[in-house]
Amino acid sequence: MTTATVLEISGLTLDLGGRRILGGVDLAVRPGQVHGLAGESGSGKTMTGLAALGLLPPGARTGGRIELEGTDLLTLPPRQLAALRGRSVSMVFQDPSTSLHPMLSIGHQLTDHLRHHLKLDRKTAKERAAALLTQVRIPNPREALVRYPHQFSGGMRQRIAIAIALACEPKVLIADEPTTALDVTVQAGVLRLLRGLCDDLGLAVLLVTHDLGVMSAIADQVSVMRHGLVVETGPRGRVLTDPQHEYTRTLLDSLPGRSTV
Amino acid sequence: MSPRWVPSKRVSGEDTGGGGGGGGRPLTRRRVLARHPLARFLLRRTATAVLLAVGVTLVTFVLTNLVPGDPAAAGLGQRAIGDPAIVAQFRHHYGLDKPLPIQYVTYLGNLLHGDLGESQQSHQPVLDDLSTAVPATLELAGAAIVVSLVVGVAFGVVAALRRDRLTDQLLRVVSLLGVSVPTFWLALLAFYVFFYRLGWAPGSGRLDPGMTAPPHVTGLYTVDAALAGQWPVFWSAVGHLALPALVLTAYTVGLLTRFTRSAVLEVLNQDYVRAARAKGLPGRAVLFQYVLRAALVPVVTVAGLAFGALLSGTVLVESIFAWPGLGAYAYRSATTLDLPAVMGVGLVVGLVYLTVNLAVDVLYGVIDPRVRVQ
Ligand SMILES: Nc1ncnc2c1ncn2[C@@H]1O[C@H](COP(=O)(O)OP(=O)(O)OP(=O)(O)O)[C@@H](O)[C@H]1O
Ligand SMILES: [Mg+2]
Repeated sequence: MTTATVLEISGLTLDLGGRRILGGVDLAVRPGQVHGLAGESGSGKTMTGLAALGLLPPGARTGGRIELEGTDLLTLPPRQLAALRGRSVSMVFQDPSTSLHPMLSIGHQLTDHLRHHLKLDRKTAKERAAALLTQVRIPNPREALVRYPHQFSGGMRQRIAIAIALACEPKVLIADEPTTALDVTVQAGVLRLLRGLCDDLGLAVLLVTHDLGVMSAIADQVSVMRHGLVVETGPRGRVLTDPQHEYTRTLLDSLPGRSTV
Repeated sequence: MSPRWVPSKRVSGEDTGGGGGGGGRPLTRRRVLARHPLARFLLRRTATAVLLAVGVTLVTFVLTNLVPGDPAAAGLGQRAIGDPAIVAQFRHHYGLDKPLPIQYVTYLGNLLHGDLGESQQSHQPVLDDLSTAVPATLELAGAAIVVSLVVGVAFGVVAALRRDRLTDQLLRVVSLLGVSVPTFWLALLAFYVFFYRLGWAPGSGRLDPGMTAPPHVTGLYTVDAALAGQWPVFWSAVGHLALPALVLTAYTVGLLTRFTRSAVLEVLNQDYVRAARAKGLPGRAVLFQYVLRAALVPVVTVAGLAFGALLSGTVLVESIFAWPGLGAYAYRSATTLDLPAVMGVGLVVGLVYLTVNLAVDVLYGVIDPRVRVQ
């Protein structure tokens, strides 16, 4: 709790098509920490994440602040925001079978933003890409670079998506249900990888998930959202064992084999 | 091509969609080709195309034999047809007394020697007729498809990016007109307006009257004239080509605009496009590398169909513009029951369709690695 926050969301509101989607979200993510964001479907978790990347659907109106090391992303001119996107803040999506381009090689998808943001030449970018694949434990990284997403399993694809997100050494990684679309057997591996990267690289991770089990396994901080508001936030141990909000309690009670008695 | 491909392919010869490769290839070849998935893919598709080409000859042959009409009646005079001995001799001479399979083999053998028979109309070998008609049509249809692809894809992309705005609405009207206006009517109208009324178009045919064709290299006058450095001929050829080609593009531009628009819109909604934006890539890179790449797959399919539509469009357009191409030749041969010529045209059209299909298949493989890599 002593480290400064790198991403600080305060009073974030979002209106889409005349509907209030977010009603003043407050969240603080610190380097080297995994901040879990739970909440029922439609509570606004994904929208919160997309807002931080400036990728909200067209017609979205926002209020409040999203500060990345003191810079408000919501008021940043589009060009400067684009320079931060994928560079300082990056995102891993839910389903790697749809979030990787099926017709572009892994190498292409792993190096294009690398070359764009860091102005690397082709060869250096390729070296770095291979190193990244090693980092996310893809076997034979050099060979993997010339292959295509469909030649990898779901878990490997998500690791590749994580490598892509990490390529430019961002400060903040937003992972939107990164294991939901994966086989149960590989979920733990991907989560462990995220946790390890967070610890090793001092990455600030905002981990969106439905799954409180996932949450209790790797999150440092936990926030619970409902109807576009954060209803509870705090260290994992406290929130999961001694929830203050009634809604958190119902969420916990709905977990199989668990109870908050 | 190893003969071992043949049996396994013949079974599914008509099924171009079947993705599986022939099972029993020699190990060495497999080893070589395993390193070059694209080469293997091309080889497989080409082998299928060759088999289909044989199929085309068979279909042409069978259809022509199904046509009611006696070759002897056509080949002999009125008097001779009454004499059974002469008829029998005629049949024997041309191998018509042999069983059909033998006749087919003879026909194939002749084809291999470039013998397509003699046109009853022009009294020339059909091959000679075709060798001037086919390049004329290829020039026309080729120019039309290139223009259609460039304009249609550009229109479609712009319409998708400007969805529901004024540009999109305008393009929608344009493409709707393009696909719904009958080609022959448009051809007549264009000829009337640009030739009779405005005098902008140079009239019918491939060149100005009195101009001689450039030395034959490809048979495409524009290309041949440019190769020979005969610029007046070149510009005359371009001028004559422009109007009929543009008339032909109307339908295909409309078709391609509509399909490209919907393909791009569909791709824009994909997760991987959002992911590409989340990487901070510039909009141009996202459009050209991520969006267009995926949108091209359906566009290529439609482009193949569009080419087919173009070819059938040439029959009327060539007749109206007196363009001495395959369409005009086909029209003349069919209306005068010139069977050898009809067979020749059928063969060429079949082969052209095959080539277009092969090109489409190959493009799939080039665009989409999932097609070529297992
Ligand atoms: N493109 C859009 N236009 C309008 N409303 C949208 C759009 N996308 C999402 N919403 C609405 O925004 C609200 C929040 O959605 P969001 O996707 O953030 O929920 P979530 O918490 O991520 O849910 P889930 O767990 O199902 O992913 C929902 O009520 C949803 O209907
Ligand atoms: Mg969501």
